[in-house]
Amino acid sequence: MENFTPYSSLLGGILLGISATLLLWMNGQIAGISGIFQGALKMGAPGRLWRIFFLTGLVLGGGVWWRITGASFTPRSDFPIPLLVIAGILGGFGSRIGNGCTSGHGVCGLGRTSGRSAASTVTFFSVAVATTFVARHLFGSML
Amino acid sequence: MSKHIVALTTGILFGIGLAISQMMNPEKVLAFLDVAGDWDPSLALVIGGAVGVTLLTFRRILRLPAPLFASRFEVPGTDAIDSSLLSGAVIFGIGWGLSGYCPGPAIASLTIGSAEPGIFILAFIVGNALAIRWQAIKDPSPATVAPD
Repeated sequence: MENFTPYSSLLGGILLGISATLLLWMNGQIAGISGIFQGALKMGAPGRLWRIFFLTGLVLGGGVWWRITGASFTPRSDFPIPLLVIAGILGGFGSRIGNGCTSGHGVCGLGRTSGRSAASTVTFFSVAVATTFVARHLFGSML
Repeated sequence: MSKHIVALTTGILFGIGLAISQMMNPEKVLAFLDVAGDWDPSLALVIGGAVGVTLLTFRRILRLPAPLFASRFEVPGTDAIDSSLLSGAVIFGIGWGLSGYCPGPAIASLTIGSAEPGIFILAFIVGNALAIRWQAIKDPSPATVAPD
């Protein structure tokens, strides 16, 4: 537990909640990143422009903050590319057919006390824990 | 205009939240998911902080007649727990637990000097496209509405 960072984690989480709150209160939209990303990629889709603005902000906010805080962590760059590609495909496929990801179902759906989002969140968290266990402890020497 | 400024600002705020909390660090995410390893409970506080805020605010906001800069709230209409929701969550969870990336942190990390987030996002787009194909085969009715 030596890497436990309670204050920065809580503060960062609160900022995510405030961002989602403002987007709902002002624009009436859910801050679900997979949905926003899919909508931004779709040519001629209604509301495409605000989604592009949001994602631009996301890239700016994350990148600039990481820099002005002196590169607070070293980005990983040695993960096996084939596994990364498989993970990305699964993420894109799963969030599409399951209508959302960590932000849409987790942060926003739980805030709406949606049973559907709670079921999704419990499922993807449990599966992620199981997957990490299998990858690190059963196949650890292979990765 | 106001709508786009709000979108940009909330996007920046979301990105800062992901950076401060280190959700952008896949090692940190995996250290939370790896309960059998040297467990780092930090991510529980990220989720706790975020959901703590949305639990306080969302239901109050949704009781308002309309948002400030739009005519209506665009929230999912259904609360049905179906097989598509759950199988999607299982598949998504495998990708997350394998790599430590979910879409928000990967997009927020596009400029911090590792190729990993970009590769993940390109593969994510492929996964999206495959899912759209798969949904069209499974349910060929043209009335299928794209989820948000």
